[in-house]
Amino acid sequence: MSSLEIRNLHVAIGEKPIVKGLSLTINPGEVHAIMGPNGTGKSTLAKAIAGHPDYTITQGDVLLGGKSILEQEPDERARAGIFLAFQYPSEIPGVSIANFLRAAVQARMGEGEELDATAYYKRLYQKMDLLKIDRKFTSRSVNEGFSGGEKKRCEILQMAMLEPRFALMDETDSGLDIDALRIVAEGVNTLRGPGLGVMLITHYQRLLEHIVPDFVHVMYDGRIVKSGDKSLALELESRGYDWVKQELAVA
Amino acid sequence: MSTSLSPTPATNPIGDFTADRFNAHLAGIPHSVPAWWIERKRNAYAEFASLPMPARTDETWRFSSREHLSLSGFSSSTAETKAVSPATGIEIEDATARLTFVDGKLSGRTPLSRELASSGVVAGTILEGLTTHSELLRKHFMAQPQKLGSEKFAALHTAFIPDGAFIYVPRNVELKSPIVITHVSTGAGSAVFPHTLVVAEENSRVTVVDVFVTLDESNATRAPESKATLNAFACGANDLYAAHGASINYAAAQLWSDTTLSFQLNSTLVRRDARVQSLNLHLGGSQARHESLSQLQAPGAFSEMLAISLASGNQEFDQRTLQVHQAPNTKSDLLYKNALLDKARTIFSGLIIVDSDAQKTDAYQSNRNLMLSDNADACSLPGLEIQANDVRCTHGSTTSRIDPSQLFYLESRGISPAVARELLVFGFFEEVLNRLENESLHAVLIRLIEHHFRRAWQPPTK
Repeated sequence: MSSLEIRNLHVAIGEKPIVKGLSLTINPGEVHAIMGPNGTGKSTLAKAIAGHPDYTITQGDVLLGGKSILEQEPDERARAGIFLAFQYPSEIPGVSIANFLRAAVQARMGEGEELDATAYYKRLYQKMDLLKIDRKFTSRSVNEGFSGGEKKRCEILQMAMLEPRFALMDETDSGLDIDALRIVAEGVNTLRGPGLGVMLITHYQRLLEHIVPDFVHVMYDGRIVKSGDKSLALELESRGYDWVKQELAVA
Repeated sequence: MSTSLSPTPATNPIGDFTADRFNAHLAGIPHSVPAWWIERKRNAYAEFASLPMPARTDETWRFSSREHLSLSGFSSSTAETKAVSPATGIEIEDATARLTFVDGKLSGRTPLSRELASSGVVAGTILEGLTTHSELLRKHFMAQPQKLGSEKFAALHTAFIPDGAFIYVPRNVELKSPIVITHVSTGAGSAVFPHTLVVAEENSRVTVVDVFVTLDESNATRAPESKATLNAFACGANDLYAAHGASINYAAAQLWSDTTLSFQLNSTLVRRDARVQSLNLHLGGSQARHESLSQLQAPGAFSEMLAISLASGNQEFDQRTLQVHQAPNTKSDLLYKNALLDKARTIFSGLIIVDSDAQKTDAYQSNRNLMLSDNADACSLPGLEIQANDVRCTHGSTTSRIDPSQLFYLESRGISPAVARELLVFGFFEEVLNRLENESLHAVLIRLIEHHFRRAWQPPTK
């Protein structure tokens, strides 16, 4: 069973605990939305799973296909099938999208194996067309001078090229207008399938109208406090996060 | 019995370059050369011998290491001219012409097409040019002022230069592909004086590539932490002259051995509406000093001065530049980028001078250093001297490290830390390299940097 299993995870930034005992299992083919107010640890969760050096896992485990990934470096986790779609993707001046993706694809090949450049470009152009990204972008530096929408589309392009087993999508909808949101959502939907599990972190229900989740979890104060199906997102939209907080206070 | 009370100079100001050696050099010059050539050499030798070695107090040598500036240990190369395999130097497809010099002597050439030769283009040697274009050489060979501190070495160059490359492009002639000149040093014990002189007449267009390389097996292995003993000396110069409306693209790849003490003195003279782009790639040498002077002499003149250094081990790259705006509406744009590893040092000292009547000058100067080691050292001394009141001059320098968030971004895509760092270093250099118009040259320079980088770079162990 090749699932992504988060077991009682505790994550700290420096001395400060942010994620406080979170458990969640994502199976291939499932889309899990994680919603919650600002500062509850949603982004921290995603970055910690991807291996960001600023985050310390103090307790718990993350398993991919039954094996812990916590001892792995970020690049090893990525090659094992984890993909983090960044909320704020870095700009990399002087490194073209084509060269960047080429290095990433090459990194997944065996020692001494040569990348077939023709096939690579064919596939790259095909994915770009799918995401309505101008082919001229391949020679542009990664994310440099991109609009918010272009950056997010570039993240989805990378995801399409690298074909991860699990995608952690951190506020993919932030900073997007409705047209850009639709394009990005369409991109994600075309990548949906039995081979891909998705953790979709979002603030607003709006994205979930376009990418319909199988499960919705509400995160608050570093934990999942409520889980349900897509109707939970609608309920949150109408009642707000205070409703969850009040429920918690009562409990 | 000593009658002199003056202290013994720390460094012998003549070293191996004695009057006897100079006379032997003169004796070997073909009789066909014009009298002015010999006279200029004699004057240069006298100047060389009379000038002191750089002193600690010289402003133009601020921050430079002086302890290895020795002129001893480089006996005259008496080796027979060796045949040099085409693998030496760099491969550029469809070069218009090629010249290879070994220890200053022509050892191979691929001539111009008959068509270009008959249109008056010259891609030959200075010795040939002294016969065919004596006045032109007299006017342009080392004729510009040396203002950046190496007057002594410029004089040494003129005194001892045996030969060099002479490129002449007549009016309205445009050369599509580059002329490639390879200057080979045979390494241990040798002293070389490479020279490339380019005269581009009105509305002509030419690309010239200089490659400086040591033919030395020991070059292939290196111990980055050990202080190499100097055993080779290179004292080169180039003169670029762009007449009205002309365009020169010049690139140089300095690949001397790690035991070479190198000086390279560049002079660029730009006339009305002409443009010169020069890119100097510094990879080799133990201590390599590069001085570059651009003079913008008439309205519309533009000089683009670019450099990339990859400094590793104990290498020191010492770069001194001067952009002189002597006429209104002139433009200069300098971008020097250094990446430093190990205990390497770089020094950048740049000055922009705007003469009082050079209104509407547009001058830019930028030095950027990327520190890849905590033990490396980058000094930057940008400067301005403006006498006109209606100008736009900007200068600046930055020193930075690899950005951890960029590194994590690349790693999160499965790219190993070593490859990720390499991508970021090349990304840093790309801002310079992408100014090149010639794609083949762009690719060649990237390969050279890659080769050097992979040899020098040992990723930190986590």
